[in-house]
Amino acid sequence: MNEIIESVKNLSIGFNSQKGKQISILRNVSTNIKKGETVGIVGESGSGKSTLALAMMGYIKQGLFHLKGECLFKSEDLLKMSSRQLEKIRGRKIAMIPQNAGQALTPNLKIGYQIDEALRLHTDLKKTERDKKISELLNKVRLPSPETMAFRYPHELSGGQQQRVAVAMALAGKPDLLLLDEPTTGLDVTTQAHVLELLRFIAKDTGTSMIYVSHDLGAIAQVSDRIVVMYAGEIVLEGPARKILKEPIHPYTYGLLKSIPKLSLAGLPASMPGSQPQPGSINEGCSFYDRCNLANDNCKKNSPDLEHIKELDTNVRCFNYKELINQNNNLQTSITKKTNNSEANEVLKLKDVSISYAKQKFFDQLLNKISDQNPTVKDINIDIKKGETIALVGESGSGKSTILKSIAGLLKTKDGQIKFENDRILSSDLKMRNPNDLRAIQLIFQNPDESLNPNHTVEQILSQPLKLYFNLSGEELKKNIIDLLKKVRLGEFYMSRYPRQLSGGEKQRVAVARAFAAKPDIILCDEVTSALDVSVQAAVLNLLQQLKEDLGTTYVFVSHDLAVVRAISDRVAVLYQGRLCEIGPSQNVYKFPSHPYTEVLLGAVLEPDPDIKPKLVAEDIVEEKPPEKGCSFQGRCPRKIGDICNSEVPPWQIGENGNAIRCHINIEELASLQQ
Amino acid sequence: MENNLITEDKQKNKLEKAFEILKTMASKPSGLIGLTIVLFHVVLALTSPYIAPYDYKAISPNTMLLAPSAEHWFGTDSLGRDVFTRTILGGRTALTVTFFGSLIALLWGGLLGIFCGLVGGKIDDVVMRVVDAFLSIPWILAMLLIVSLLGTSTEVLIPALGFFYGKGIVRVARAATHDVIAKDFIVSARARGHSNMSIIWNEIIPNVRDAILVEGAMRWSWMLLGFSSLSFLGFGVSPPTPDWGLMISNARGLMSFAYWSVIAPIVGLSSLIIGINLTADAFAKALGIDRSTKAPV
Repeated sequence: MNEIIESVKNLSIGFNSQKGKQISILRNVSTNIKKGETVGIVGESGSGKSTLALAMMGYIKQGLFHLKGECLFKSEDLLKMSSRQLEKIRGRKIAMIPQNAGQALTPNLKIGYQIDEALRLHTDLKKTERDKKISELLNKVRLPSPETMAFRYPHELSGGQQQRVAVAMALAGKPDLLLLDEPTTGLDVTTQAHVLELLRFIAKDTGTSMIYVSHDLGAIAQVSDRIVVMYAGEIVLEGPARKILKEPIHPYTYGLLKSIPKLSLAGLPASMPGSQPQPGSINEGCSFYDRCNLANDNCKKNSPDLEHIKELDTNVRCFNYKELINQNNNLQTSITKKTNNSEANEVLKLKDVSISYAKQKFFDQLLNKISDQNPTVKDINIDIKKGETIALVGESGSGKSTILKSIAGLLKTKDGQIKFENDRILSSDLKMRNPNDLRAIQLIFQNPDESLNPNHTVEQILSQPLKLYFNLSGEELKKNIIDLLKKVRLGEFYMSRYPRQLSGGEKQRVAVARAFAAKPDIILCDEVTSALDVSVQAAVLNLLQQLKEDLGTTYVFVSHDLAVVRAISDRVAVLYQGRLCEIGPSQNVYKFPSHPYTEVLLGAVLEPDPDIKPKLVAEDIVEEKPPEKGCSFQGRCPRKIGDICNSEVPPWQIGENGNAIRCHINIEELASLQQ
Repeated sequence: MENNLITEDKQKNKLEKAFEILKTMASKPSGLIGLTIVLFHVVLALTSPYIAPYDYKAISPNTMLLAPSAEHWFGTDSLGRDVFTRTILGGRTALTVTFFGSLIALLWGGLLGIFCGLVGGKIDDVVMRVVDAFLSIPWILAMLLIVSLLGTSTEVLIPALGFFYGKGIVRVARAATHDVIAKDFIVSARARGHSNMSIIWNEIIPNVRDAILVEGAMRWSWMLLGFSSLSFLGFGVSPPTPDWGLMISNARGLMSFAYWSVIAPIVGLSSLIIGINLTADAFAKALGIDRSTKAPV
């Protein structure tokens, strides 16, 4: 168990900037991977975690250079090897599982063939032995019906299944070390929990060492024995997983853990100020200096070394870590938010809304109707009060974004009405809405890289809505833009910047500012924090809450992340396959009794705590179409009671907490089952 | 990816940006060669009337088909005219006609393509089928028809060439628009209620401009070849105007014993085409829209 299989010594990797300066993105990194151990490398984007992981298999990305140090795999330096020598090691000794298996698999080759290819390369087995091995591997990664799976093409599998195939391929060469680069990031919550469970099982079963790279402390907590925390290209904290997660003694890790929204906490997570420094911008002092609340003059001038603390078995890069020892009980705190007053008027009503993506038939086109008996979204009834934050939650394909698009007028509804202020019916066609209604409803998108025009400056971006809705120009326009930037806590000098010159969090702030420029009544937030780093996510959530409290805006908040939803929302609606399962005040939805689907979702949430293991109560099958009749969740329900679930739409039941559940099981019975 | 993290704080104005692009283009040998050739041709076209040693239309039976010498650098043609004079003057018409022709092609092709890409649906279907239909007609036949009906003046040639070379740009502009149309900033502009014109002008054009400009530069070199082909067939500019296509056509029968009168215009024409092609490639690379990137290994 104590045999070291790979050791990284004083590794620095960098690139040459356009001005010809040498800039390091990994600085003096040293770590050891022991046999059979799973090491989690965690850090925000740009911290150098992927570069480190790739260097561990002797690969340095184009444009980057190896500056100094070595990567010793079984005492041979990978970075000095020729590509011939590396070929013998990669796949056989060190295998990699990529982030997006869907893109890593060749689309026109069958799964079996692709695994066979890996076997031919990395083993000396004969054809018949290989065939046996393929089904063995497919069995091992727990794919359903492994016999037929080998004859399928990648596109015929779901995201989770593709990821399992990638695991099977990596295991084909019986590697000593597995590299996993964000292997579960693109997956749904339940699928993610299942894949992590599988990885943990494989690590134990085969004794393979794993390096698990992720930004997600929740996922890292589930699989790792040891955790390496990276910040600005350096290791800042390294130690046993439990110690790091429970008693972080580096201020960055401490802040990071505090900024993660947790299911058990109702309020907003505390955010860390600022953002990670860009490579090359630190000349002296600690790289975390300007975000640290323990910092003093010493930290500004001298950069701390990685110090080994024997009694904790931990390496830490901080002068003042002692201040953090034994005072970590307040990790479980959050900022309480003001809830809205429940007597407010309804500002938006969705009444029996159905939305269909089906293509109109010619005859229907003439009659201007949509005849789809089984639409993507069906019978949505939600009343949204002024000033509240309502969250729509569900996995991909649950129709949550579809509903949002319809409210914005980007997608026509099939049936039902969207009523705005005083029960006035709002057309679902954008062109039929009057300019004031368009102004009143604004959208914020998931990815600010896509939602901001890359060729516009921040000033141009923010002036679009101001010019359109308020006809502003000249000095007045400029004054308004500066006001908006102030509102989202950005300085005036951001006006002349292009989106590519901003960090992810700053970009999203600009997007928020653009939405608020219209002085809207309702803001539709489509997964607004899921493309952001954790510490930035907390800051954006706090900003949204602050703006809401100041301006009385109503939010419709779409997210797949139950912990984020718990932090920001007043009310939650859980959706499955475009049908509502449960709706109620958020503190009650997160309590039992809940709809079986909510139960599945809550069970699969990954918390950054090694003691809270996900409860996997349902299969992670992906259903392509909602069932034609009966309950929408019939295909995966762990509490299915019989034929009635398949034939009849379940009734709404109101629990004593005030949350409405759509299930055939009596609500009291459900409560006792779930206790 | 990490390279992008280094951002310049200083804002550049447009002139500085253009200079930056030129600098990037010239930093590779192929770009430098291309730029030099194009620059040489443009300077020559501007100054040739003042530096030409002889009168381009002076016919002289005494100096018929003289080999290159100190007096006539590139020799003389079958009518005794100085080939050097006619070669340096021959690029003027070609450059002017094709430059303005390309501009017209860029304008109508680019705008129509962007419009089709944005609105989609039936309008897009119909327009693209019409463009396809025109693409299937051999352009030279259609050009011959137009020229024989309307004459060979530059006022006819420029819009006619502009029309025929623009239909390819429609497709490029439409494809480039499709790349950005699904992005959220367009959806966002739509949801705000901006008009189509405002979306095209503010959101789409800044993002497809580069791709269309590069395509326009490529079309320019093809148009040059097309224009010279017309002249070669006798449907371009009319004699005695000096023109490369015309010169090649006149001299090709005498190639076996007076090769000089055909080589000079060929070198002129092909060097300009190669120059424009190299420049367009370097331009695309400098803008970062070159698709021939190496796969990472």
